[in-house]
Amino acid sequence: MDGSFFSYLLDGANWTFETNGFGTRIVEHLGYTAAAVLVAAIIAFPLGLLIGHTNKGAFFAINAGNAARAVPTLGILFLVLAVAGLGLVPVIAALVALAVPPILTTTYAGIRAVDPAVVDAARGIGLRERQIVTQVELPVALPIILGGLRNATLQVVATATIGAYVGQGGLGTYLFSGLALRDYPRVVAGSVLVAVLAVLLDLLWSALQRVLVSPGADGRATRQPSRAMQFAMSRRIAEAGPSGGTPDAGVG
Amino acid sequence: MEFFSDLVEYLEINGSVVLEALRDHLYIGLVPVVIAFVLSLPLGFLVVRFAWLRVPLLTLSSILYTIPSLALILVIPGIVQTNILDPNNVVIALTIYGLALLVRTTADGLGSVDPAIVQAATAMGYKPVRRWFTVELPLALPVVLSGLRVATVASVSMASIAALVGIGGLGQLFTRGFQLGFYPPPIVIGLVLSVLLAVAADLVIVLVQRAVTPWTRARQGA
Repeated sequence: MDGSFFSYLLDGANWTFETNGFGTRIVEHLGYTAAAVLVAAIIAFPLGLLIGHTNKGAFFAINAGNAARAVPTLGILFLVLAVAGLGLVPVIAALVALAVPPILTTTYAGIRAVDPAVVDAARGIGLRERQIVTQVELPVALPIILGGLRNATLQVVATATIGAYVGQGGLGTYLFSGLALRDYPRVVAGSVLVAVLAVLLDLLWSALQRVLVSPGADGRATRQPSRAMQFAMSRRIAEAGPSGGTPDAGVG
Repeated sequence: MEFFSDLVEYLEINGSVVLEALRDHLYIGLVPVVIAFVLSLPLGFLVVRFAWLRVPLLTLSSILYTIPSLALILVIPGIVQTNILDPNNVVIALTIYGLALLVRTTADGLGSVDPAIVQAATAMGYKPVRRWFTVELPLALPVVLSGLRVATVASVSMASIAALVGIGGLGQLFTRGFQLGFYPPPIVIGLVLSVLLAVAADLVIVLVQRAVTPWTRARQGA
């Protein structure tokens, strides 16, 4: 490891918006990431809300979500390529398949984690089911749901590098051309840029989370009681009587 | 169907290639999880024991997780001076990811043990080491093992990336199909085997979990 390790990254000639400049590759990379997370959210978010609210199909959703995590993104990329041919579709499809499980499972889990007493109360004061979902369950579950979106974004931005293997550009270009040319600084440049992009997107999500989540929902409005205190409180609540059967994750 | 006869034909001709890919995949996909799990226990202990370590360690682990796996596999040989085609580069990279995931869940699991139980164990005369191994760790296992399940599935699925660099594993079947002009049989075989491997590993952890945490089932049955 010497100074030349970062030579490619620090070379001003690469910081352009020409075909192989960092500017172009970063825009491509961000574009794939945004498109994939957006499409995945359109698919997984309503489904997670529905399953979480009705608790119907939960067994299917959890297991399908977990099984989908086991499917290698690279395999999906090549399989869709074999069917649809070269282009952007296989890359986006593979990344969508990567992003759907975390969004689906956290949306479902977030809605299920809402205190049943709160939902009962909402129903009791006359809210319709749709209102319960949008005005009660969603705001309370939002920190967990946003956590899932954040997670999905991180995985997608790191994995979008595979787009370059099938000639679709993005920051993976530097990894593969660097590998082929045995040009180490080029690989380092690509890696550092992807990691920096991931950290920036992570910061963006945490900023969004502060803006979107109600201060009452994530405990910012109340002072955190100590852990021992929390335990004492939950004990007291549990002893006070049945609270509608707290769901026990257990072996799930 | 023609596709299935293609599949069978591919398996007949390339059976040994497929088996070798599966064997390599077992190594680069599962060994990292085992190493990461063993390392995550003392780290999780430290995070719970010394609260000030929590933020720096967990921040570090989420930063490590942002490094693209492909990049890590390419950069590691430069750092530890191995050959670029050495499977151990993948093992190191996936160990880092596994650790990044497991430190958090292990710390969460150990932190979720009811302090009253720890106090009770202390009052009964348990010394710290024995208390940790026989009281705190077992009670933390449901959370710890659920983290291990996620890490295992992620590791098995990520291991196929290694093929893009030329290292073995089931990913080789994907690149093979790619090089044969998008010939689906090896791609499908690789996908199916990879998912089966992940599901089988997951199932083993679930069974171990059932065996070592019988009280979680007793509570569910009640």
